[in-house]
Amino acid sequence: MFSLGLTSLLVRRNLIFVLMSLEVMLNAAGLAFVVAGSRWHQADGQVVFLFILAMAAAEVSVGLALVVQIYRRFRGLDVDKLSGMRG
Amino acid sequence: MELVFYIAGAVAVISTGLMLTRLNVVHALLYLIVSLLGVAVVFYVLGAPFVAALEVIIYAGAIMVLFVFVVMMLNLGAHEVQMEKQWLTPGIWIGPVLLASILIIEVFCLMRGTAPDLSTDASGPKQVGVALFGHYLIGVELASMLLLAGLVGAYHLGAHETRKPEIQHDTNTDERRTAASGNLVLAGTDQSSRTS
Repeated sequence: MFSLGLTSLLVRRNLIFVLMSLEVMLNAAGLAFVVAGSRWHQADGQVVFLFILAMAAAEVSVGLALVVQIYRRFRGLDVDKLSGMRG
Repeated sequence: MELVFYIAGAVAVISTGLMLTRLNVVHALLYLIVSLLGVAVVFYVLGAPFVAALEVIIYAGAIMVLFVFVVMMLNLGAHEVQMEKQWLTPGIWIGPVLLASILIIEVFCLMRGTAPDLSTDASGPKQVGVALFGHYLIGVELASMLLLAGLVGAYHLGAHETRKPEIQHDTNTDERRTAASGNLVLAGTDQSSRTS
């Protein structure tokens, strides 16, 4: 699942899809933590998953606000259009 | 229990793959929700029901609502109604509904069977809470600071651009009204000086 999300992050050029694939990657990392925690019967895996959840919530709120701002400026969600953003 | 785990994992992976290949954002969101629910069932089978509930509530509830709001905000156009009609054709629902019904059947099978015994397991909700607020207390504080920063940042980015054009527009119209000396028709036809 992590590799699926990474591939999509590199392939897609729509900003919303980029954010969704970031969510998938974070989710896959959290899944790995929980699986490891249940394998060795430790509670630490679930604690780390909670941290990942909070970080994903903060990241997606800021990211979507940026998406709205970019859509207002550039009238589109193409990442290639933003490559001229220098200085 | 093993079979349920593998089926839920397969549902999650398949729906993620389908999500990444959709061209429409709303269809991709449907598959993403199914994927998150599949991961939640995997968590439940692994003996982490607290994390499964949090996954459903926060990911499939809050974050998906944010995505849907932004998608709806970005699609404010003249062809919106036609586009929604196109999105809501019944053929689209078959894939996510099929995958989600597999998950529901699994959950019912789990409910009829014996619940996973949490009292002897070392990773129940109580142990998670003790570790979270005992050993990882500084992490909790850092997460709260991060959430606060995210909240303020999202508010700043979202509210900055909407307020400025309105003020500018108001002052422009007032200026033009005084410049046209009360003639409102003349003030309204002056399109060249408007900056929007």
